[in-house]
Amino acid sequence: MVIEGLLYTKDHEWARIDADVATIGITDYAQQMLGELVFVELPDIGKKFAGHDELAVVESTKAANDIYSPVAGKVIEVNGELESQPELINQDCYNAGWICKLQITDTKSVESLMDSKQYEEYLGGH
Amino acid sequence: MKLVFEKSVPGRRAVRIAPTNVPKINIRSDLLRQKPANLPELSELDVVRHFTELSRRNFGVDNNFYPLGSCTMKYNPKVAEHIASYPGFADLHPLLPQLRMGGMLTQGALRVLHEIDLLLREITGMAEFTMQPLAGAHGELTGMMIMAAYHREQGNKKTTILIPDSAHGTNPASAAIAGYSVVSIPSNDSGVMDIEAVRQHLNDDVAGLMLTCPNTLGIFNPHVKDICDLIHSVDGLTYYDGANLNAIVGKARPGDFGFDIVHLNLHKTFATPHGGGGPGAGPVGVKKKLVPFLPVSVVIKRNDGTYALQYDRPKSIGYIAPFYGNFGVVLKAYVYILMLGKEGLCRVAENAVLNANYVKERLKGHYRLAFDRLCKHECVFTISERMAQNGIHAVDIAKALIDKGFHPPTVYFPTIVKDAMMIEPTETESKETLDSFIDAMIEIAEQAENEPEKLKTTPTTAVVCRPNETIAAKNLNIAYL
Repeated sequence: MVIEGLLYTKDHEWARIDADVATIGITDYAQQMLGELVFVELPDIGKKFAGHDELAVVESTKAANDIYSPVAGKVIEVNGELESQPELINQDCYNAGWICKLQITDTKSVESLMDSKQYEEYLGGH
Repeated sequence: MKLVFEKSVPGRRAVRIAPTNVPKINIRSDLLRQKPANLPELSELDVVRHFTELSRRNFGVDNNFYPLGSCTMKYNPKVAEHIASYPGFADLHPLLPQLRMGGMLTQGALRVLHEIDLLLREITGMAEFTMQPLAGAHGELTGMMIMAAYHREQGNKKTTILIPDSAHGTNPASAAIAGYSVVSIPSNDSGVMDIEAVRQHLNDDVAGLMLTCPNTLGIFNPHVKDICDLIHSVDGLTYYDGANLNAIVGKARPGDFGFDIVHLNLHKTFATPHGGGGPGAGPVGVKKKLVPFLPVSVVIKRNDGTYALQYDRPKSIGYIAPFYGNFGVVLKAYVYILMLGKEGLCRVAENAVLNANYVKERLKGHYRLAFDRLCKHECVFTISERMAQNGIHAVDIAKALIDKGFHPPTVYFPTIVKDAMMIEPTETESKETLDSFIDAMIEIAEQAENEPEKLKTTPTTAVVCRPNETIAAKNLNIAYL
């Protein structure tokens, strides 16, 4: 499932851009591949990331995976619910399973992301 | 099965301690524990039955075929165990060689440590080994610390290590613990680290490269020497992860490819027990320019033919393990190498590769090969499209194998292959064993395509069938107390 209006990375993260704030999560494809999640390591609020920096870590019964920041930005909010309920990402990856919000520091970093149509095409190759 | 604590009966005991005339002394009350220790109270027979039952539930290579990819679960010859149990080895106190005159009593053990160093040098093409690392990952960390020590001495300010995306997770972990950041290099269409990608990421920040060759797909990188040359061109060092040496032992030497640091898993290639039966050993070998950085102590042979421990190595990275590593493991590997000799070791690689290709060829019509090409010591399959449509995953194939009496292969690794099933038969398995495993895999494949629901309920014969892995990972409780 791919949602229209979101932007996507090749590493299967999504970003919802709202003015200068990007809400970040992982895609339905990513959560399916990972299987049931058991742990999420959230970034510290206030920490700055360049585009494609290691932002968070998700761990499932199969593997541990880095989540890369789709855009350059500063962490202004994290989804603390995930600490006790990582399964929210499996249940609702595009809404309740969001990971963090970044204040975008470099708008150029947004330009390289895929839209939903491009991401669907990209997934076709998988 | 009840835990040993649950079998406890108050007052039951194995031995009655005889009355003693040793005078009683009072221990200061603040040194005494407040509550008695919660230890199980059982008779000797209770304990023997408990642990015998547990051992029967264990599965090892002595039970049946154990094709756990990347782990090289070969048979561990019993003669090595026998020799390692000799009192002259097994009862030595580790402090003995450091005591006055103690060296005389430990010449045999020191000679083993010295001679296996010489043997491993010849097998790998390196200048000198340390036997101290206690496991493969410990060897990796030791190697990365040596790499860091070299760059410090050179005055190099380097920050990154290149590692292929097919690597064992311990590689990036070791590099990170040693203080480096990791750059992951993608594999190409042939399933090996892409030399062009190495070129793109090459710069003065690159401290080195960690490479497993053949890699976790069982594929040998034909550009391995060119990749080493590239890294050397920026004064980087190259690290050979010896996890898969079984594929090339006796045939090719990492030192000749251009690697500066090598770790070996004695518990893989050199047939010492592992996989819960450990401990392991991960000796590290280096090229001449890195010898001064090896950990202390080092066993040397004096001019008079006696052996001694040397500590005077000012550039050494220091102690990385207590005493001399897992000596018993090193000893068993020494016995194995001498027993096989050069001819025997060459046949190890030949038969390990032959067996893997036999499994690959017979199974490739039934499962999808991740990379359909000649493999080395292991091959990686994934599920067929029809299995995927049936909702079958690698875990279901693995569970079904348990009912057939086999240990499952490694699943979901390497992570670059979806639903990976990584099969490493090793050289010690006969054609009859391989055939019975292959037949079982073919039966399971047919079931996965035609009766998937039945497969999802397997295993039915195991004591523990499908534990809830999510709960196990989230609410881990490994202590009864």
